[in-house]
Amino acid sequence: MGAILPELSQVWHWLAQVPDPEIPVISLTDLGIIRDVAWQGDTLVVTVTPTYSGCPATSIINLDIETALRGHGIEKLRLERQLSPAWTSDWITPEAREKLRAYGIAPPIDGTAADGRLAGRVSRLAGNTNLVIACPRCGSTHTEKISQFGSTPCKASWRCTDCLEPFDYFKCI
Amino acid sequence: MARAVDQAAFVEWLQRVGDNALILGHRVSEWCGHSPVLEEDIALANQALDLIGQCQLWLGLAAEVEGKGRTADNLAYLRDAAGFRNLLLVERPNGDFGQTLMRQFLFDAFHLELMQALKTSSDPRVAEIAAKAEKEVAYHLERSADLVIRLGDGTAESHARMEKALKSHWPYVGEMFLDDAVDAAMAEAGIAPLPSSLKTGWERTVSTVLTEATLTHPGEAFVHKGGKRGIHTEHLGFILAEMQFLQRAYPGAVW
Repeated sequence: MGAILPELSQVWHWLAQVPDPEIPVISLTDLGIIRDVAWQGDTLVVTVTPTYSGCPATSIINLDIETALRGHGIEKLRLERQLSPAWTSDWITPEAREKLRAYGIAPPIDGTAADGRLAGRVSRLAGNTNLVIACPRCGSTHTEKISQFGSTPCKASWRCTDCLEPFDYFKCI
Repeated sequence: MARAVDQAAFVEWLQRVGDNALILGHRVSEWCGHSPVLEEDIALANQALDLIGQCQLWLGLAAEVEGKGRTADNLAYLRDAAGFRNLLLVERPNGDFGQTLMRQFLFDAFHLELMQALKTSSDPRVAEIAAKAEKEVAYHLERSADLVIRLGDGTAESHARMEKALKSHWPYVGEMFLDDAVDAAMAEAGIAPLPSSLKTGWERTVSTVLTEATLTHPGEAFVHKGGKRGIHTEHLGFILAEMQFLQRAYPGAVW
């Protein structure tokens, strides 16, 4: 057909405008789940990695990517799933962390993911924690965990003991 | 690349890993709307979701390796009880909250050892699913260990219930570490470790947590087995009756 294919940087820019369906304040590129964008002939291949293996948003994310790119005139499109390297919350961009905080979600703290070295963690889990998670509303560091899980697979439930508000904390994996 | 692999054994083994996640995921999901507090309800539902997600990856690969045009959904919804390869432990009834958590802890500790070992599988597809699942499983283990400690070292009532839960599940943990011909074929091909090799690491985690929880380690016990060969307790049929109802009553139904 001879049409000029859009630059990849343009495609990345379009994807940066697609919001995460469950946390619409950040985009798919903010979340770090778009692993690659490439032309294979005249077909655009977008490689996506899931956050959690059972995250129900995964199919919506694929649908949103397709809708957005088709809206920008991409006709031949293929989405590929890539599992490796496995997604980590460390890939969330610094700007996105501030957006999360402003939205009321305490951003993840890198390097604190569960690693299965349980023996060393037991005392910490029992309360001798050095992990400081600040309340996204009032900034207080007097906070406590309510549950290791929360409203979506990627969040845990916390509470501020100063302003007394419950809040979400982005799970570290 | 994987060395020469017995395809049938590989499919069989993938179903074992996938079915553990599927059946435990379904069991845990039965708590949805019934948990003692909202936060635990949410936690259980999310954990079930992680397990079902992992099951889709494992059974998806099983179907792909089998190459007969089946899918993860076909395997989940259209096999009868004798076709399932999960451990007996994961089909055990939920009981009270303590029993559910104890089952989860005993399995999580095994699951993490397995996922860590599978990260170096000779089959890259297995290694990448394991690397993905390992993160979720490590998180599950943190939670279940934490709660076993809190309830074990809790009130007289919670302690007694956790002791009871431990005793009732214990005869079912031995099956996790039994090796058979399928396991030997997988180990030979470098795809998966022998289950028996995971016991030391599991025992270390379990002993540490039980001590912290002031619970009595039951020691050696009789081992119920059969799940890996498709010989199940009476509980599995009831799970399948509910889980498979829709696809059985309305074959091919989608939404």
